[in-house]
Amino acid sequence: MSDAVLLVENLRKSFGGLVVTDGVTLEIGPGELHAVIGPNGAGKTTLIHQISGTLSPDDGRILLNGTDIMLLPPHERARLGLARSFQITSVLPRFSALENVALAVQARSGSSFRFLRPAATEAALNDEAMAALAEVGLDHRAGVVAAHLSHGEKRALELAIALALEPKLLLLDEPMAGTGPEESERIVAVLKKLKGRFAMLLVEHDMNAVFALADRISVLTYGRVLASGAPNEVRNDPAVMQAYLGEELE
Amino acid sequence: MTSLAAAKSAPRAVRFNAAVVLMFAVLALVPLAAAFGPESYVLGLVTRVMVFAIAALAVDLLCGFGGLVTFGHAAFVGLGAYTVAIAGAHGVTDMTITLPLALAVSAAFAYVTGTICLRTSGVYFIMITLAFGQMAYFIAGSLAPYGGDDGITLPARSTLFGFAVFGSDRALYYATLGFLLASYLLCRAVVYSRFGRVFRGARENSTRMATIGFDVFRFQRVGYVIAGCLGGLAGFLLANATEFVSPAYMSWQRSGELIIMVLFGGLGTLHGAIVGAASYLLLEEGLAGLTENWKLVFGPMLVLIVLFARGGLVGLAASIKARFSRE
Repeated sequence: MSDAVLLVENLRKSFGGLVVTDGVTLEIGPGELHAVIGPNGAGKTTLIHQISGTLSPDDGRILLNGTDIMLLPPHERARLGLARSFQITSVLPRFSALENVALAVQARSGSSFRFLRPAATEAALNDEAMAALAEVGLDHRAGVVAAHLSHGEKRALELAIALALEPKLLLLDEPMAGTGPEESERIVAVLKKLKGRFAMLLVEHDMNAVFALADRISVLTYGRVLASGAPNEVRNDPAVMQAYLGEELE
Repeated sequence: MTSLAAAKSAPRAVRFNAAVVLMFAVLALVPLAAAFGPESYVLGLVTRVMVFAIAALAVDLLCGFGGLVTFGHAAFVGLGAYTVAIAGAHGVTDMTITLPLALAVSAAFAYVTGTICLRTSGVYFIMITLAFGQMAYFIAGSLAPYGGDDGITLPARSTLFGFAVFGSDRALYYATLGFLLASYLLCRAVVYSRFGRVFRGARENSTRMATIGFDVFRFQRVGYVIAGCLGGLAGFLLANATEFVSPAYMSWQRSGELIIMVLFGGLGTLHGAIVGAASYLLLEEGLAGLTENWKLVFGPMLVLIVLFARGGLVGLAASIKARFSRE
């Protein structure tokens, strides 16, 4: 048995006649940042949904630290150390930034079936939440209602939520989507800082970000892994250049 | 805008709002004032207001904080009331038995129906809670030994260790006020607690809640049981206040009225539920004296509130206050 944090074996999923995941195999080691790239419609988000449990695969295996999580609902996968961010920002809009993160701290520390004590006064929850906000550079916005944060700040907030979960594996679904150049630089900087602390699976279109961050890259087209390897190998792979990277990297 | 943002933002530290303290102070003083007028009429009316306020609190907990629009909450009121009536018919009138029993029956009904209802959401949740409410209504109507459609008169108000503690209208009034205050404080604590945070979060974004590790369904079911118990408590008190129980307590119109009370007072504020119950029932009483078709007057008022004061009466008061303090 390998010591992979995430092992995806021969995963298959189709919607009717459309095969969206066609025998995908992936392995992510401890502390590794593995990027999945590919053209639109290649099945990247679908893959993330299957790993996080919002979609169930037709066939294959998904192991998290050696535990088969294929049949577990999303909340149980989260309890085992799987955190994710969403392609379309997914935070609690009417909660403050701090409360969004404190809720994540609460999810992994102690029972949440407590009914009388006000959660907002629990220093332990707030302190850890503030620490996570500080890591993504959002501590000065802690009291702001999430709906009033800028798009880039919301993306950072999603990262803080994921961090607060102290995950073993973090799934990042296009964390830079829709952000301006400055904001994406900030997110790249944060991810660089986090790299190595836990394993990450990054789906991203921004190639500069991908090549700056990834230890390994897998290229997905039509639901299949076309190539997988170190960034340099992938960059120079003729099949990849033809299928996808050609124009963007020149 | 500011008032909206303030009302919708996450709760600040738990502190007591002067309006809430004033509201309970007024309720506490009503019997003293009533002594100078038609005492039993006033006490009866305001007791009724407080009973429905407890049920409205439950509805606000579900709709306003959990995003679970329940259209069958009158069933719980009916269950609580029928528990008292049926136990009374068998000679059991002591509240050390009937009150826990009323709560247990409501909790059990909430647990079982909640397990089914909470598999759905949105319009389906509304319809399925309505369906369970109607089932309870028709079952109550078919209880021939207990009056069937005509309802049943209580042999006596509940006793406590054999003492007729609800003997006077005033005693029942203060007991109801005590239960209302306790219910309010309980709801407040629950909403701000760890549990409440998850419960409110589930309304905001249940997918997000699942991906950070919460089994949203279990939290919602516990919330549903709490609200069910509050409904049962209201039923227990209603049976004592009217000394009569009938299936009409469970009708879907009653469930709709509870939602209207909460909307009228201000959704998601808790004290708005109390204000809403009071305004609804007092307006009903006042307008019904003038015309049989009092809803012709009340209807447009509700429309205006919903259109122009989304936060209900409580939100309206807050925005007026904000306007004055700015000037």
